[in-house]
Amino acid sequence: MGVERFGATTVLTANLDRVVGWARKNSLWPLTFGLACCAIEMISTAAARYDMARFGMEVFRPSPRQADVMIVAGTVTCKMAPAVQRLYDQMAEPKWVVAMGACACSGGLFPTYAVVQGVDTFLPVDIYIPGCPVKPEALLDGLIRLQEKIAREAAGGAR
Amino acid sequence: MNLDATRARFGAALGEPATFRGETSLTVDRGSIVALCEFLRDDDTLAFDFLADLCGVDRHPAAPRFEVVYHLYSVRHGHRLRVKAALGEEDPVVDSVTGVWETADWHERECFDLFGIRFRNHPDLRRILLPDDFEGHPLRKDFPLEGTGKP
Repeated sequence: MGVERFGATTVLTANLDRVVGWARKNSLWPLTFGLACCAIEMISTAAARYDMARFGMEVFRPSPRQADVMIVAGTVTCKMAPAVQRLYDQMAEPKWVVAMGACACSGGLFPTYAVVQGVDTFLPVDIYIPGCPVKPEALLDGLIRLQEKIAREAAGGAR
Repeated sequence: MNLDATRARFGAALGEPATFRGETSLTVDRGSIVALCEFLRDDDTLAFDFLADLCGVDRHPAAPRFEVVYHLYSVRHGHRLRVKAALGEEDPVVDSVTGVWETADWHERECFDLFGIRFRNHPDLRRILLPDDFEGHPLRKDFPLEGTGKP
């Protein structure tokens, strides 16, 4: 990046990928869906007290066609997994997945026949956030790390 | 609540009624379950017009292995009765009581889903909680708690 002068005009030059990455990371649109108690914390994170709008990630979309972040907030049962997979498939690229809480990360306290033992068994997870349930501060931290990751990717860095 | 008429009518098909902390339980041969339920519902002094719950029990490794338990309530008289029918492991089948109380439909499906107990003459005996392609019946004592590894 650099600052250049053409006569009386000041021009900022930058790598296009970095600009695109900067725009993407500051406008994350999560998919509106929750599966268990972590979803209550996610709702709290979006509401007045924690106000995730401050970080450019508050536009929850009820349609997967318009969302680019899937926050898997809660326990994924084996019966629900095909529906989650379908929602992910319906999202347009580029898209990211956040595993929110112990259940989404690993099955959590449900090592049973009915629960998927971590959503990374069927989805490409970008960020894992531990917690049971995840506190709003931790969710914000996870999403900010996702933003850093998106910027890093756009700059040609490793995922 | 007087069960004398019921015992006189069904005789050897019924066990001795047992009362514990004010709750009365009655065991019945599985072949008489529908006739017994119809009688309990239609008799004026009993009038068990509501099937409050129907559930299964696995007593593995004891025999007979399974039990179906019916919790009855009379809205008219305000009294309750518990009816138990024992089923063997090799043939866990009992007649459906959906014809007596319609609400038995989903209860019996749940019992079938989780215990593998089959209800003869049920109108639609499918799994109700687990996915249709699930293998096994997870509330059986010999089902592995963490599952079989299959979805």
